[in-house]
Amino acid sequence: MDAAIEVRGLAKRFGDVAAVAGIDFEVRRGELFGFLGPNGAGKTTTINLLTGLARPDAGSVRIAGIDCTRDGKAAQHLMGIVPDESNLYPELTGLDNLCFCGALYGMPRREREARTRELLETFGLADAAGRKFAAYSRGMKRRLTIAAGIIHRPPILFLDEPTTGIDVASARQIRGLIAGLSRGGTTIFLTTHYIEEAERLCGRIAFIVAGRIVRTDTVENLMQPLEGRRAVEFTLDGAAENLAEDLRAAFPALEAQQVGPGRLRVTSARPLSIGPLVRFFEDRGLAVGEARKVRPSLEDVFVEVTGIEADRMRAEREKPAGAAP
Amino acid sequence: MKTWIAFWNILVKDMRAYYLKPPNISWGLIFPLAWTLMFFIRSGAGLESVRELLPGVMGISILFGTTSMLAVTLTFEKRGRSFERLLLAPIPLELLMLAKIGGAVLFGVANAFVPVVMAACLADLGGVAWGAAAAAVVLVAVSSALLGLFVAVSVSEVFEAQTFSNFFRFPMVFLCGLFFPIEKLPALLRPLSYALPLSYGADALHEAIRGAGRLPPWLDFAALAAFCLLLFLVSLRNVRRKWIL
Ligand SMILES: Nc1ncnc2c1ncn2[C@@H]1O[C@H](COP(=O)(O)OP(=O)(O)O)[C@@H](O)[C@H]1O
Ligand SMILES: [Mg+2]
Repeated sequence: MDAAIEVRGLAKRFGDVAAVAGIDFEVRRGELFGFLGPNGAGKTTTINLLTGLARPDAGSVRIAGIDCTRDGKAAQHLMGIVPDESNLYPELTGLDNLCFCGALYGMPRREREARTRELLETFGLADAAGRKFAAYSRGMKRRLTIAAGIIHRPPILFLDEPTTGIDVASARQIRGLIAGLSRGGTTIFLTTHYIEEAERLCGRIAFIVAGRIVRTDTVENLMQPLEGRRAVEFTLDGAAENLAEDLRAAFPALEAQQVGPGRLRVTSARPLSIGPLVRFFEDRGLAVGEARKVRPSLEDVFVEVTGIEADRMRAEREKPAGAAP
Repeated sequence: MKTWIAFWNILVKDMRAYYLKPPNISWGLIFPLAWTLMFFIRSGAGLESVRELLPGVMGISILFGTTSMLAVTLTFEKRGRSFERLLLAPIPLELLMLAKIGGAVLFGVANAFVPVVMAACLADLGGVAWGAAAAAVVLVAVSSALLGLFVAVSVSEVFEAQTFSNFFRFPMVFLCGLFFPIEKLPALLRPLSYALPLSYGADALHEAIRGAGRLPPWLDFAALAAFCLLLFLVSLRNVRRKWIL
């Protein structure tokens, strides 16, 4: 009974697509668990399976010890759900939306009205309480949607890409609110395709790719192999074929990786001297525009474990939220 | 208790957000008036035929007030994905669907009494079996709302919901004996009439309002109740199959 969420052999396909292909994991009570993977990895489908919006083809789900596989409704009063799209009622005001969501969880009028006022305050929406949801900005919609997810003080909260597609300031505020909820003892299951977000917020992270979990561990353990590693990122004016390979051949102790057009990341287990590297580039007719020391990050681990280039994950940020069903 | 708070608030929210909006209210007033006028002009009849027309006008007021309203609002909530909130709420699916249907039923019942009030101003409505009329109105509203639910689970766009509702309800105006007795329809169409719940509702209304039913009242009510139950169970199954992936 220590686990808030317990998933065994969970699988779901849509026609030919194995959206979730047999995953196992456990989220402990009070933990902030991250589900990190690119678009289409199966994150939303997993949340739908856990919350009762979709029926699994195989496997079992336990929420706070309650077996949800047979009866998706069984544990719904314990869960708060923030979907990947802000899906409140456009024609209702912010205040009415929250009150209505409280009522859906059976909160008596006085209680839900007090809680609504409290949440509007916390989420910086008190001034917009009387405006229709349809007239809110993207960031405000997102915040109200999160508020609606916690109106009934659920012990377990599901957050599906809470900061995707909104402005930087709102995203930062939302991360702060999530961290606050976690400190307050709420168990949180968070999906994201922002590596830094997962690294910053989560205690443990599962990497999910193409419906499978490829690695689950604490952020510290995931980062462990990177301890003492140095990394420098060079911005080069120009391009050369097989630059990374050539560099590895010339400096066997170094690791090199193209991280973007004209950007090469060089990592080493020992102190790095820049001089020989600059000469190496200049010999190939490449001027070094910038050399920047970078902190090894979860991104490096993710790239190594999943084989997915950081660039591809980054490109997905540009996509509007919830564009693909 | 908690479940009833949810049930009640879903119903009230739908009433406030959709049904009691000015365009819908004015529609509920203009629609029966327009139909009544059309019949007076066409038949050249006097005020004495108000009572003859009343059951039919009540029937279409309910049909047009509920079916597409429920179909459209449900499809709208499905598209905007706010419907997922209801599916995720800890209330049984049966009760959730009853709450959604309930709003449309109340709206349909209210619509049915608009022509009644209008008729009462124009003609003497003495001798109407009000109890039977009210029961028939409620059952017609429930079956029409369930038809809207059936439409909603079959489509995914709002305009499809509108079109598909019309596909049902326009033929029903003529097939169900609202204005022309079913016996006057071509023999080929008559079985179709008896496969539609509104035929029994119209018959019950004709009986209650002017003593001119053609089937025994118990058969009307039994058939209506059976249709409602069947439609509800089929719709529930469809919702489970199509809306919970
Ligand atoms: N309702 C659906 N019908 C068909 N395919 C779906 C459906 N939902 C998801 N998929 C597919 O399942 C895979 C996983 O999708 P999803 O769980 O939404 O990924 P993520 O949330 O990680 O971006 C994708 O290939 C997606 O196209
Ligand atoms: Mg998703």
